[in-house]
Amino acid sequence: MGSKVIILIVIILAIVAVAQLLKMYDAIVAVRGKREEDVDLKTNNLNATLFIVFMVVFFGSFFYLISEYGRGRMPIAASEHGVEIDWLYGINWVIVFTVYLLTNALLFIFAFRYRYKPGVKAFYYPHNNKLEMIWTVIPAAALAVIIILGLMTWNNIMGKASDDAVVVEIYAKQFDFTARYSGDDNKLGYSDYKLISNYADNSNPLGVVTQNNMDWRIFEIQQGILEADSLLKAVDEGKAILSKANYLKRVKESEKMARIETRIWNMKERFGDSVTVLANDDFYTKTQLFLVEDQEYSFVFRSQDVIHSAYFPHFRAQMNCVPGQRTTFKFKPTMTTAEMRKETNNPEFNYILLCNKICGKSHSMMNMPVYVGTQEEFDAWSDLEAGNVKPIVAADSLLVAAPHIVKPVVEESTNDHGGHH
Amino acid sequence: MAATAHDHHVKESFITKYLFSQDHKMIAKQFLVTAIFMAIVAVMLSIFFRIQLAWPGESNSTLAFFLGDWAPDGVLDRSMYLGLVTIHGTIMVFFVLTGGLSGTFSNLLIPLQLGARDMASGLLNMISYWLFFLSSVIMLASLFVETGPAAAGWTVYPPLSVYEQTMPGSGMGMTLWLTSMTIFIASSLLGSLNYVVTVLNLRTKGMKMTRMPLTIWAFFITAVLGILSFPVLVSAVVLMLMDRTLGTSFYINDAIVGTEILEQSGGSPILYEHLFWFLGHPEVYIVLLPALGLTSEIVSTNSRKPIFGYRAMIGSILAIGFLSFIVWGHHMFLTGMNPFLGGVFVFTTLLIAIPSAVKVFNYITTLWKGSIRYTPAMLFSIGLVSSFITGGITGIILADSTLDIPVHDTYFVVAHFHVVMGLSAIFGLFAGVYHWFPKMYGKMMNTKLGQTHFWLTFVSAYGVFFPMHFVGIGGAPRRYYDYSVYEGFDGNQFEMIMDLNVVISIFAIVAGFAQILFLINFFWSIWNGQKATENPWRANSLEWTTPVEHVHGNWPGELPEVHRWPYDYSKPGMDEDYVPQIVPLKEGEEDH
Ligand code: HEM
Ligand SMILES: [Cu+2]
Ligand SMILES: [Cu+2]
Repeated sequence: MGSKVIILIVIILAIVAVAQLLKMYDAIVAVRGKREEDVDLKTNNLNATLFIVFMVVFFGSFFYLISEYGRGRMPIAASEHGVEIDWLYGINWVIVFTVYLLTNALLFIFAFRYRYKPGVKAFYYPHNNKLEMIWTVIPAAALAVIIILGLMTWNNIMGKASDDAVVVEIYAKQFDFTARYSGDDNKLGYSDYKLISNYADNSNPLGVVTQNNMDWRIFEIQQGILEADSLLKAVDEGKAILSKANYLKRVKESEKMARIETRIWNMKERFGDSVTVLANDDFYTKTQLFLVEDQEYSFVFRSQDVIHSAYFPHFRAQMNCVPGQRTTFKFKPTMTTAEMRKETNNPEFNYILLCNKICGKSHSMMNMPVYVGTQEEFDAWSDLEAGNVKPIVAADSLLVAAPHIVKPVVEESTNDHGGHH
Repeated sequence: MAATAHDHHVKESFITKYLFSQDHKMIAKQFLVTAIFMAIVAVMLSIFFRIQLAWPGESNSTLAFFLGDWAPDGVLDRSMYLGLVTIHGTIMVFFVLTGGLSGTFSNLLIPLQLGARDMASGLLNMISYWLFFLSSVIMLASLFVETGPAAAGWTVYPPLSVYEQTMPGSGMGMTLWLTSMTIFIASSLLGSLNYVVTVLNLRTKGMKMTRMPLTIWAFFITAVLGILSFPVLVSAVVLMLMDRTLGTSFYINDAIVGTEILEQSGGSPILYEHLFWFLGHPEVYIVLLPALGLTSEIVSTNSRKPIFGYRAMIGSILAIGFLSFIVWGHHMFLTGMNPFLGGVFVFTTLLIAIPSAVKVFNYITTLWKGSIRYTPAMLFSIGLVSSFITGGITGIILADSTLDIPVHDTYFVVAHFHVVMGLSAIFGLFAGVYHWFPKMYGKMMNTKLGQTHFWLTFVSAYGVFFPMHFVGIGGAPRRYYDYSVYEGFDGNQFEMIMDLNVVISIFAIVAGFAQILFLINFFWSIWNGQKATENPWRANSLEWTTPVEHVHGNWPGELPEVHRWPYDYSKPGMDEDYVPQIVPLKEGEEDH
C-alpha cells in the first residue's frame, strides 16, 4: 500500500510540475511574442537530427535482436517440409529486410536532409507518372516471386499424404490432447460425439464407434434417465424437494437424453459389426505423442468442445481442431528427440504439441509432449503390455461384457423416420 | 455580416450546446474525449497483463490495488487475464481507432474541408454519438460483472464465446459484449451513412471530387467500407445471440461443453470466422485509412510541398478499399480451409501490398526536397510512415500461407498488427489531434511538450512491439497466461521469451506513462493554451478559412468557393508558399 501512495504522489507532483512549467513557459513566450506554431530553427534542427539518431539506434537494435534472438533460438526444423518452410523464410527475409532497411532509411534521411532551412524553398513536384509506375511494378515483381514460391510450397505441404503415411488422430478438449493410433489396418475407427463417455465400467473418451461402446452408452443413458425419473417421482410424491426451475430442467434433460438414446439406437442399426473391426486395433494415449523418425504421418484433428489449435513449433506444423469437423495435416519428422538434444546441446530438450487457439482458462497449460524415436522404440512403447497406450476395444481377457439393453418401444415408433438417413 | 449564419441560429442552452448538440464540431469533440477516456482504460488494462507476462505469478501491489478480487494476493487471476486481453483489444480496435478516429475527424473535417454548413443530418449525427457513448458505457460495465467480462479474445470465436460452461466470461460478460457491439455498430453505421451522403451532396461550389483533400477521400472510402462490412458483423452477432439464447445451431455442431452434451448439430464455428473476418479485415483498413488521410494532409502542409502523386494516392485508397473485401481468408489459413482457396487468398492479400507500397513511396517523395517543419503533428506523421513500412512487411510474411503455418496465432501476429494499429493508426490519431486542435478548441497545444511526447512514444512503442516479433518467431503462442510450459521442454526458448517479455513490459509501462504528457497538454491547452489564429499552419484547405470562434454553419457569410486543389504549396510564381483553395486561378495558371 505504501508504495502505491508514493507512486500516486509522485504522479500528482509530476503533473503539477509540468503544469507550472507550462505556465512559466507561456509567460516567457507571451513576452517574446512567440507563437506555438513557429517552431524555431534550433528545435527544428534538433528534431530532424533525432530522426537520424533514432535510425541508428533502431537499426542497431534490429541487428542486435537478430544476432541474439534470431533463428538461433528456435531449433532447426525437425520435419521434412519444415526445412522447406525455413528455406522459404530465408528468401522472404532477404526481400523483406531489404525493403524495411531501405525505405525506413530513405524516410529518416529525407526527414533530416530536407528539414527547413532559411531561404530554401521547397520544390514544387506534384507528380511523375514514370516514377509512380516504377514503384508499382517493382513491388509487383517482388510479390510475384513471393507468391509463386509460396504457393508451390503450400500446395506441397497441404497436398494429399502419401499411401505410406501413418494415420494418427489428435483429439483436443479443454484442456488436454489425446492421440489415437490407427493400428495395423492404418484406418481409424469411426467416432461420434454421442458416444463420448467417462462411464466407469466402459469409458470411451474419444467416442469411438463399436457395437460394445454403443451398448454401453445406451446403458449409461438409460441408467441416468431411470435415476432422474425416480428423483422426479420422489418430488411428485413429496419425498424430495426441488425448485420448480430445477425440476423442469431435469425433465428437459431426461427428454434430451432419451432423444440422444434413440439416435444411438439408429446408429446401431445402421452400422454392422464392421465398425467394430475398424476400431479394433486402434489404441490411444494422453501421455505423449510418439512418432517414428522418417515416417510420414497423416494427422486427423478433432475437438470435443471449442476450437483448439494443434501447434508443433519444431515441426513447423499447425492446424486448428474444430468441434464437429475433421481437419488434417501431414508431416514427416526427420530428427529423433535424441538427435535434437545433441543439436541443441540440451539433454532435457523435448518436442511438444501446444494448444494455440484461445480455448479457456487453462489454455496456456494445454499441451502434450512429443517424442521422436526409432521404429523399435515405438514398437516397444506401443506394446499393450507396457501399459503406455490403451486399446479401444479391450483385449479378450479384459473385455467387459456388453450390458443387456432393451430398446424402449414408445420412442422407436414416434421417432422412427427421424434418424434413418 | 453574420446575418446568413444567424438565419438558422437557434438559441442554445447548455444542454443543446454541450450535450445534445447537433453541431458536427461539438460532436467531433465528444467523440474525441470519449475515445481518450476509453483509451486510458485500455492502456491500463494492457499494463496489468503486461505485468503478469513479464513477472508471472509474482505478487504485485498495483494489480492488487486496481483489480482487487481479480488479483488475489496481487497475482492476476487466469480468467481475468483473458478478460483483460479481450476488452483491451475490443476497446482499442473499435472504440478508440474506429469510433475515436473516424468519429472525431470525419465529423470535424468533412463539413469543414468540403465547405458545408454541417453534416447532412445533424440529428443522425447526434444519435450516432450517443449510441457510441451508450455502447462504451456497456462495454466498461462488463468489466464489473461478477463472472468477469467477455474473455474469448476480441474475435470471440464460438463455441467458446457461446457457452458459459466453457469459460465464465461467456456468461453475462459476453451478453454485455454483444449488446455493446450491436449498439456500437448502429452508431458506426449512422455515422458512415452521414459521411457518405455529406461527401456526395454537400460539397461547396468548385469542390470537385478531384479537388477534395486526401483526408476526405480516406474518410469517404472508410465510410463506404464500414457500410458494406459492419452489417455482416451484425448478422454474425445476431446469429451468435440466437445460438446463445434460443439454442439454434448456426455455429455449433456435435459438441460437448463442460459436462453437457449438446444436441445442436449441422452448424459450423468456421461460419462465424468467415462472417467475422469479412468485417474484420476491412475493419483494419477502416482503422488505418483515416490515419493515412490525416497524414497526407499533414505531411504535405509541413513539407511545404504538394502531396506527391495525388491521383495515385486516390487510386491506392480505392484499390485498398476494394481489395480489403476479398482477403479475409488470410486469417483462416489453418482452419482446414481448402488449400486451393487458401492460395487464392494468398494472392489477393499480397496484391494489397502494391497500393500500400505506392502510398509509402509517395509519402517519401513528398518529403524529398521539401522544407520540413517539425510540429508535433509532423513528427507523428513521419512515425506513422515508418511504422506502416515496418508493419506492412510483416504482413507480407503472414500473407504467405506457407510462412503463416509456424507463426499463426503467435506473438509475431500480435507484433504485426500492433505495429500497424498501435503505432501507425494511433500516431495518425495523435497527429490529427495536434494538427486540428486549433480548429477544435481555438487554442494551440504546447509544441515542446508535444515533441517530447512524440519521442518518448516513438521510442517506447517500437520498444514494445519490435522485440515482440522475436518472441513470436521463437514459438510463443498469443493469449497465454504464462510461458511456464516452455520451461519444461526447451529451456533455451523459455529463457529468451522471458528476457524479451521483461524488456517489452518495461517499455510498455514507459509508453503508458508518456501519455500523461499528452493528457496534460491536451486538457491544459483547452483552457489555457495560446489563442489560435485562423490559419496557424499556413495551410490551403477550407477549414482554415473559418473563424477561430465556432459559429453554427461554419462560415459567417457565404460559403467559400473553391478554385484549386488543396496542395498548392511552394508553387512557382506565387507570392506565398501556400495558396488556399479559395484563391482563384491566376490567368494562365493551371489547376494541378
Ligand atoms: C501490407 C498489408 C498487410 C498485409 C499483407 C497483412 C496481412 C495479415 C495477415 C495475413 C494476417 C493474419 C495473420 C495470422 O493470423 O496468422 C494479419 C493479421 C492482422 N492484421 Fe494485417 N496485414 C496488412 C496490413 C495491416 C494493417 C494496415 C492493419 C491495421 C491497421 C492490419 C491489422 C491486422 C490485425 C488486427 C491482424 C490480426 C487480427 C487477429 O488475429 O487478432 N494489417 N495481417
Ligand atoms: Cu486448447
Ligand atoms: Cu486481415
